[in-house]
Amino acid sequence: MYDFSPFIDSINSFFTSNFSPFWASVLLMLLLGIAILAFYAVLGLYLVYAERKICARMQNRIGPNRVGPLGLFQTIADLIKLLLKELIYIRNADGFLFNIAPFIVIVASIMAIGSIPFAKGLQAIDLNIGVLYILAISSMGVIGVLIAGWASNSKYSVIGAMRSGAQVISYELSVGLSLLCMIVFAGSMQLSDIITSQQDGWWLLKGHIPAFIAFVIYLIAGTAETNRGPFDLAEAESELTAGFHTEYSGIKFAFFFLAEYMNMFIIAAVATTIFLGGWLPFHIYNFTAFNNVMDYIPPVFWFFGKTAFIIYVMMWFKWTFPRLRIDQLLALEWKYLLPLNLLNLVLISFLTLMKWHF
Amino acid sequence: MTREELTAFVLEQVPDMKAGTNKQFPECIVSAEQINPLTKVLKKNPSTKMDYLFCETAADRNDGFHIVYHLSSSVHAHCLMLKVILTDKVNPSIPTVSDVWCAAEFYEREIFDLFGIRFENHPNLKRIFLEDDWVGYPLRKDYKDDFILER
Amino acid sequence: MEETLVDIDFKEKEEYIINMGPQHPSTHGVLRFETCLQGEKVKYIIPHCGYIHRGIEKMSESLTYPQLLHLTDRMDYLSAHINNEAVALCVENAMEVEVSDRVKYIRTILAELSRIASHQLWWSAFGMDLGALTTFFYGLRDREKILDIFEETTGSRLIQSFITPGGLMADIHPNFQRRVKEFITYFRKKLPEYDQLLTGNVIFRERTLGIGYMSKEDAIDYAVTGPSGRGSGFHCDVRKLAPYSAYPFVQFNEITYTEGDTYHRYLVRMKEMWESLNILEQLVDNIPQGEIMLNLKAIKAPKGEYYQRVETARGELGVYIVSDGAPTPARIKYRSPNFSNLFILNKVSANHKIADLVAISGSLDLVIPDIDR
Repeated sequence: MYDFSPFIDSINSFFTSNFSPFWASVLLMLLLGIAILAFYAVLGLYLVYAERKICARMQNRIGPNRVGPLGLFQTIADLIKLLLKELIYIRNADGFLFNIAPFIVIVASIMAIGSIPFAKGLQAIDLNIGVLYILAISSMGVIGVLIAGWASNSKYSVIGAMRSGAQVISYELSVGLSLLCMIVFAGSMQLSDIITSQQDGWWLLKGHIPAFIAFVIYLIAGTAETNRGPFDLAEAESELTAGFHTEYSGIKFAFFFLAEYMNMFIIAAVATTIFLGGWLPFHIYNFTAFNNVMDYIPPVFWFFGKTAFIIYVMMWFKWTFPRLRIDQLLALEWKYLLPLNLLNLVLISFLTLMKWHF
Repeated sequence: MTREELTAFVLEQVPDMKAGTNKQFPECIVSAEQINPLTKVLKKNPSTKMDYLFCETAADRNDGFHIVYHLSSSVHAHCLMLKVILTDKVNPSIPTVSDVWCAAEFYEREIFDLFGIRFENHPNLKRIFLEDDWVGYPLRKDYKDDFILER
Repeated sequence: MEETLVDIDFKEKEEYIINMGPQHPSTHGVLRFETCLQGEKVKYIIPHCGYIHRGIEKMSESLTYPQLLHLTDRMDYLSAHINNEAVALCVENAMEVEVSDRVKYIRTILAELSRIASHQLWWSAFGMDLGALTTFFYGLRDREKILDIFEETTGSRLIQSFITPGGLMADIHPNFQRRVKEFITYFRKKLPEYDQLLTGNVIFRERTLGIGYMSKEDAIDYAVTGPSGRGSGFHCDVRKLAPYSAYPFVQFNEITYTEGDTYHRYLVRMKEMWESLNILEQLVDNIPQGEIMLNLKAIKAPKGEYYQRVETARGELGVYIVSDGAPTPARIKYRSPNFSNLFILNKVSANHKIADLVAISGSLDLVIPDIDR
């Protein structure tokens, strides 16, 4: 039910039967690119809207409510404003690097989106090393951040970029290790395989306490990797005005802004896929009536529901916690999360060897 | 210490001190060269222990610049007012007390900025509010500039 | 490529200097910290003030006492009532007149309300300094209630010029007492919310406990007063040392801690809000009847020198008037609390991180127009 593969296959066969193999793949890539870009833009805008509404709710405010019903078009208006704004050229800045940095950040997040399975068959590319691919691509964004900070020729930006570099490289380890824990359970790095392995229950529920620990660590490290919430040191506005993107204006600033939200989406989507069963519905063991009802809800809804929940949690962090200091941030990773994670990995390997998980 | 005891104590240290007329605080008028040693004694002596300089300021009067020190003690909670009258109105100068109280360093910078009174041995005597190239000292009575409103 | 002065400085001394301010989110106004960094660590800071120096003292020399009162609001705009009160008390003291008990009570109530309002704004902004953006809205929500009370009685929300030499501009609004009582019950319920949001937070405690230690000796030596000084154990509450207005009639505690770090400076202010509520509760029901304004022929200080100390939300405000007996003062000096509180910053924040510098300067609760005057 709700399998997208026939639909995708029909598009595939349409192109392969009407064009030469070369043109077919070029056109498919174009189509895919446009689809992902459109999805990216719309999702990015509405994540910004969601953040503004949620933060307003937490701060006794109403939030955007003027443009369109419930302010739904506010972010679109903002985007138009940003598009029309002047791109300020910074004297003494390294022009080439300054201009390319926002693109590196945004391209990294677009590429990562390609391998996320939204529903059965609804996935741009199902790599056999999907998890590794996402990890590798999403950590490329930090290069853009570092370049942005360096090329702006601003002291605040450099500090922000250096902080960001130190932070992302550290927390990359925790993200990787907690995902590795789940890969040990699933026995595969292919995202579709990981989802299939959760057919009879999500890994968060099947994996006892170690899976839960891995999930919590992943959430913390993931929030840190996106430079958000209590870990937004790279753009700590009370210390560094805006950190690495202090000197950016107009659409280049919007790229950084959008990339931040999309990175949050990617982190949440990976958490959904690996810990919460991706697009699989929620099933209770042997409770067939309930399971059947759950099956009627389309997988896309399941996927976005779970992702939205995790995004909500991440926003909740951001709007309640004060910011950490850089040394506390690194101490948290290297002294607490990393040893805990390694221990957890050993524990999970043992559980898997003994086949003690459900 | 009471009012009389405080004036007596200062008189003991500085025999040529003149008692002022202030009703609120005991007021002692001393000369410029006595101020630094006197304040050091007032701060060190356990019976006075004037460790808290809550105000130091200046006033441009007819008989010269008055430098006024308001001291208090965090232990005994008594207050004392010291006054130095600088009769030289062109190049007024007085020894600093910033080695006695750190707070004085900044009060004195403010006085230097607005009155042009030089504090000898001050560690960092620069203008604090106005620009470094400002001409004149605004709180002097004879200060004139192009924008001042006469009434 | 052009080289700026700072670049040359950086090359020669191998120092990394950033200018925090005059437009920077954490200085809450136009103040500039020339901050020398070594990595993330602050080596020293040099505060540069004067960006909002308006020459209030010079202007006051050509204004009569009731006129110059209006300039005092513009110094520490968050405790405008208390600034007015200082000048009013100083002039009354000089003229050797005493206002009625009714005026004293109302002045004290207004002063305590502005103290609470000021601490609320400080709490909001302090949370923002530490990156907890939500506190701002909670603080301002409750501050709004106080501003509404002010608006109803004084006609103005921020800078009221309500307390004048000789009494008050007008009598209180009939709703005043009821609304103050409503506010007391309302805010008693809301204050624990503040603690839940910030005080108990692990990250907040990590960020503030043991950060920016100021010893009692340093506090006294640098004349750091108000909650910042009391956090270090310096008993400097003028309300206790030299009670004025209605403070002799009320029971309250002077909040002091001996730890002297950012967290305890924070706690002093939180506890002070509770104390202010207690003071308000003792006063608001017992406002006696009496004259609102003394019948004075001319408001001018006789020849002499006068000093008045009051406790604003940030520390000790002193007004020093030198008078020749004319309707205008010969010299008026405001000993502003923030001016003295500012300069300890270099000593306290050296060898801390940049983030701590922001937290420490937030915990000193600086209002920049009060520094520059």
